[in-house]
Amino acid sequence: MTMQTPTIYSLPRPGLRWLPVWRRNFLVWRKLAIPSVLGNLADPLIYMLGLGYGLGGLLPQISGVSYVSFLAAGTVVASTMNAATFEALYSAFSRMHVQKTWDAILNTPLSLDHVLTAELVWAASKSLLSGLAILLVIAALGLTTSPLALWVIPVIFLTGLAFAAMGLIVCALAPSYDFFMYYFTLFITPMLLVSGVFFPADQLPAAVHALAAWLPLSHAVQLARPLLLGEVPANASGHVAALLVIAIIAFYIATVLTRRRLLK
Amino acid sequence: MATLNLVDALSVSGLRKSYEDHEVVAGIDFTVPTGTCFGLLGPNGAGKTTSLRCCLGLTTPDSGQITLCGYGIPAQAGIARERVGVVPQFDNLDPDFTTSENLMVYGRYFGISDAIIRARIPDLLDFAGLAGKESARIQTLSGGMKRRLTLARALINDPDIIFLDEPTTGLDPQARHLIWDRLKQLTARGKTLILTTHFMDEAERLCDRLAVLDHGHLVTEGAPRELIAAHIEPQVVEVFGDEAAAWARSRNSLGERLEVAGDTAFFYCRDTAPLLAALSDAPALRYMHRAASLEDVFIKLTGRELRD
Repeated sequence: MTMQTPTIYSLPRPGLRWLPVWRRNFLVWRKLAIPSVLGNLADPLIYMLGLGYGLGGLLPQISGVSYVSFLAAGTVVASTMNAATFEALYSAFSRMHVQKTWDAILNTPLSLDHVLTAELVWAASKSLLSGLAILLVIAALGLTTSPLALWVIPVIFLTGLAFAAMGLIVCALAPSYDFFMYYFTLFITPMLLVSGVFFPADQLPAAVHALAAWLPLSHAVQLARPLLLGEVPANASGHVAALLVIAIIAFYIATVLTRRRLLK
Repeated sequence: MATLNLVDALSVSGLRKSYEDHEVVAGIDFTVPTGTCFGLLGPNGAGKTTSLRCCLGLTTPDSGQITLCGYGIPAQAGIARERVGVVPQFDNLDPDFTTSENLMVYGRYFGISDAIIRARIPDLLDFAGLAGKESARIQTLSGGMKRRLTLARALINDPDIIFLDEPTTGLDPQARHLIWDRLKQLTARGKTLILTTHFMDEAERLCDRLAVLDHGHLVTEGAPRELIAAHIEPQVVEVFGDEAAAWARSRNSLGERLEVAGDTAFFYCRDTAPLLAALSDAPALRYMHRAASLEDVFIKLTGRELRD
């Protein structure tokens, strides 16, 4: 009846017991759902409509479509990224460090692996809601008409998983909320500008473009934009694989770092 | 789940844990028989919380054997914790939920069905003196109520063993007495309690056995009365006043042992008659004559200097 003692470097063993933790986060979200959805929806839509129609009116067609249609895909993935990142940074950090919710859970049969899996899937779920809400508005505005656009839904979830996993690394390292500013200023904001969200990434200097192509947001943009425009993305499996690999490696690193922080 | 009919609810042997080069737990052994209340005492930083974390499988010890509910820790900690309830040192109730939502959500972590949890909630709130507070938000509860809700939460899985890390720290006397009463009810129901505390009267009242931990070592272990009998003279006379220290030092043969702390002199005696006679000739001094307590044992074993 002996089992090998796990070390902090063991692979995560999530099982299925993480579901009650996901459900806990969902219950809290449900209590605050209306402001949360409005916040997640209003901000990106204002940008998309303002820039899309305002700035777009001054621009010729971009990649063969109107600027607002071009911007739609970028808005979906960027708000997915933001929702997953905010949840894995600020909200997860509150639960881990401020409210000590994780400590309470760790006193039950659940392990830290369960907690982290729940946080990963929860942050991705919340970003799915956020991306989905924008997708609906885009469809309602007639900016996408192809049934291929439905494939954007799994792309949103996968993008959410990748950014949630990376956010959990930052959460594991953070001494306080202030630390998250570095991640936004040094990583999220530059990525937003070089990944083809607002303009085609090939407008950038060749070296920056080549580097930017490796960023997770670039992969998400290159999947979502053709799908919304009714085309099958070029190298779809490559982009999906890249996002998956980022999610898996980042989650493993986040697991090791969080174990080191909490189970010492 | 089969009921626990093991002789020992918890056994610990050779437990060691270091952080960097500081040995926080330096090789401790103890066992807690099922159905008893065991107290782990010690000054701040003695290694109490680290020992409890090791016992729960939240920290992997450097060496040693731990068996909890018959399961090896940390390898089988998850299974063992099915039978365990924990009242942590700092309240970590969910501030976004009501009292009954807190219990419901916590019960689900144990894999208990909603129907069973819902059936248990009224009894648990009643036990915790929180009947009628089902829908209260956590922010509206007093410190004592939060502590009692944390105790109720620890009982949601009907555990055999309950760990309590300083269960009454920060509570007023009324709230403390209510917690003591509930803990006694739990031992009367056959539950095993393992608690840490700074309050010697709490340990003396509640614990069948206790161990004193200092600098990571177990300094002594036994029943409260045994420890008092073994380590300390039965009578204590505390003498206060500006002149007390000097007066006491010149008469230290009146007690078996004399300790001076600030302007108080502590005489530890078997026979207090000569000392009391001498005190009756010194009307400027005030004094208190009492039986020796666990606190005297604790101070004797761990010293008077501050630990923080």
